[in-house]
Amino acid sequence: MKYLCFGYYDKGQFDGMTESDRNAMFDSCFEYDDHLRANGHWAGGEAIQPAETAMTLYWKNGKVATTDGPYAETKEQLGGILVLEARDMNHAIQLMAQHPALTYGNSFEIRPVADLNEMMKASEQRRRQAVAP
Amino acid sequence: MPPPVPEQLGRSIETLYRSESGRVLATLVRLLGDLDLAEESMHEAFAAALESWTLTGIPEKPRPWLISTARFKAIDAMRRRARFDGVQRDLVAHLESLVNDAPTGNGEIGEEEIEDDRLRLIFTCCHPALPPEGQVALTLREICGLTTEEIARAFLVTPATLAQRIVRAKAKIRETPIPYEVPTPQELPERLAAVLQVIYLVFNEGYSAAAGAEVTRAELTGEAIRLGRLLTELQPTPEIPTPEIKGLLALMLLQESRRAARTSPAGELILLENQDRSLWNREQIAEGVTLLEQALISRRFGSYTLQAAIAAVHAEAESVAATDWRQIVAIYDQLVRIQPSPVVHLNRAVAIAMRDGPEAGLTHIDAVLEHGELTNYYLAHSARAEMYRRLGRLDEARSAYEKALALTQQEPERLFLLERIRQLK
Repeated sequence: MKYLCFGYYDKGQFDGMTESDRNAMFDSCFEYDDHLRANGHWAGGEAIQPAETAMTLYWKNGKVATTDGPYAETKEQLGGILVLEARDMNHAIQLMAQHPALTYGNSFEIRPVADLNEMMKASEQRRRQAVAP
Repeated sequence: MPPPVPEQLGRSIETLYRSESGRVLATLVRLLGDLDLAEESMHEAFAAALESWTLTGIPEKPRPWLISTARFKAIDAMRRRARFDGVQRDLVAHLESLVNDAPTGNGEIGEEEIEDDRLRLIFTCCHPALPPEGQVALTLREICGLTTEEIARAFLVTPATLAQRIVRAKAKIRETPIPYEVPTPQELPERLAAVLQVIYLVFNEGYSAAAGAEVTRAELTGEAIRLGRLLTELQPTPEIPTPEIKGLLALMLLQESRRAARTSPAGELILLENQDRSLWNREQIAEGVTLLEQALISRRFGSYTLQAAIAAVHAEAESVAATDWRQIVAIYDQLVRIQPSPVVHLNRAVAIAMRDGPEAGLTHIDAVLEHGELTNYYLAHSARAEMYRRLGRLDEARSAYEKALALTQQEPERLFLLERIRQLK
C-alpha cells in the first residue's frame, strides 16, 4: 500500500543553520532515502522550492484567478513529498520514525493514498452512457 | 529498477505472508530481542523475497530463508543507526554476536520452538500492563498478521486511531519493559486468563457482526479460533488450567458452527429457535464437543467450558422443543456460581422460561432487571417482550420491544425488533 509523507520544515530555523549542519542533515537524509530505495519502500518523491515560489489557482466570478504564494500561509512549510510503499500504516510510521530529518526539527504527515479505482470505473461508465445515443 | 514482479509470485508471497509472518516475527523477536526491529527486518525480508524469488523461484523452505534474511537485514539496520548514534555501536556488536551465535546456522528452527516463540509473543501482546484495546490490536497485527487498516475496519475506528493504539502499546512494551516470555507457573493462571479474554473479545467482535457486508469482521472469528488452537500447544502442567483453553476453543467452534444459519440472505438476524439446523457445521460441532468432553473430564474447568457445554446442548438438539432445557438450566446454575454477572443471570432466566414457561421466565427476568445493571441492555427488554408475547399480553410486549429498539444501534438487531413490533400490530 502507498502512503504519502508530507515533510514540513521551519524555514526560519533552516535559514539559521550553519552550512556544515545543513550538509550533515542532507547527508543523513539522503542516506536514509537510499536505504528506503534499496528495500523497495521508495515509490517516488520530490523536494519542493520555498513557499514564495508557489502560484495558487482558484475559481472566482466565473473565471480562473491566480495569486502568488501558497494556498495557506503557515510557519511550517511543506518542503517535500515522499511516496512510501509500506505494508500498513504502522509499518509506514515505523519507517518514517527513523528518518533523520525528524531529528532536525522537521515533521512528517503520513496519509494513506485513496483507492479511486471504483470511482473511476463508475465515472467511465457514466461518461460512456452520456456519449451513447 | 528491479524487474517487475510476476503477478502470480506477488500473490503467492501475500499468501505466504498470511500464513508465515506471525511465526517468522515471533522467532525474530526472540533472536533480536526487540519487537520493532524484528518487525522491520521481517518486512525487509519479505521485500527482498519479492525481488530474489522473481529470479530463483520460491525456495522449498521459505520460512528459514525469511528468518535468515531478516537477521542480516536487522544487522544492516543496526549498523545504519549506529552511524548516527554512537550509543548504538555497542548494541550492534551485541546483536551481531547474538545473530551469529543463534543456533540457526542453516536456518533450521524446529516447529516446536517456533510454536513456543508464538506463545511468548502472544503473552507479550496480551500483557496486563497494556490497555485492553491495545492488547487486541497488537495481537491481531503481530500474531495474526492483519494490517492496521484491516483491524481498523473490523473495529469501526479510523486507521489513524488504531495506528496510535499500536504505537502506544509498543512504546509501553519497550519502556516497561515487558519481557518476551511465557509467564512463570505462578503467574500463568492470571496471564492466561488475560489471553483468553483477548481471544474471546476478538471472536465476539466478529460474531456479533452478523455476516453479509462486514466480511472483515467475520474473519475475526476465524482469527480467534486460530489463536485458540495456538494456545492448545501449551504443555499442560498442574498450574496451567488447560481445560479452559479447550473450553474456549470448544465454545468458539460451537458458536461459529451456526454462522450460516444465523442470518438470512438479506442480512437479517435469525434466532436460534428459527434457524435451519441442517445448515449448522457438523464438523465444527463434532470438534467442539470432543474438546468440551476433554475439558469436562478434568473437573478444573471454568466459565468458558460451561458456556461451551450450553452451546453443545443446543448443537445436539434437533429443535428448540427437543432441547434439553432442564440440563441447560442446570449448567446455568453452575455458571452463575463462578460468574455471577447480570447477563449470565438473564440468560439463566430465559432458559428457565423455556423449561417452566413464560410466566416463570418473566418473574426471573424482572428480578434480574430489578438489580439495575441491565436497565439499558436491549437484550433484557427484548427477552421481556418475548415473554409477554408468548403470554398473549401484546401491548406490554410491544412497549418492551420498543424499549429494546431504542437501546440498540446495530442494524440486524434493529431490523429484527422492527419486524417483531410490526407482527404485533
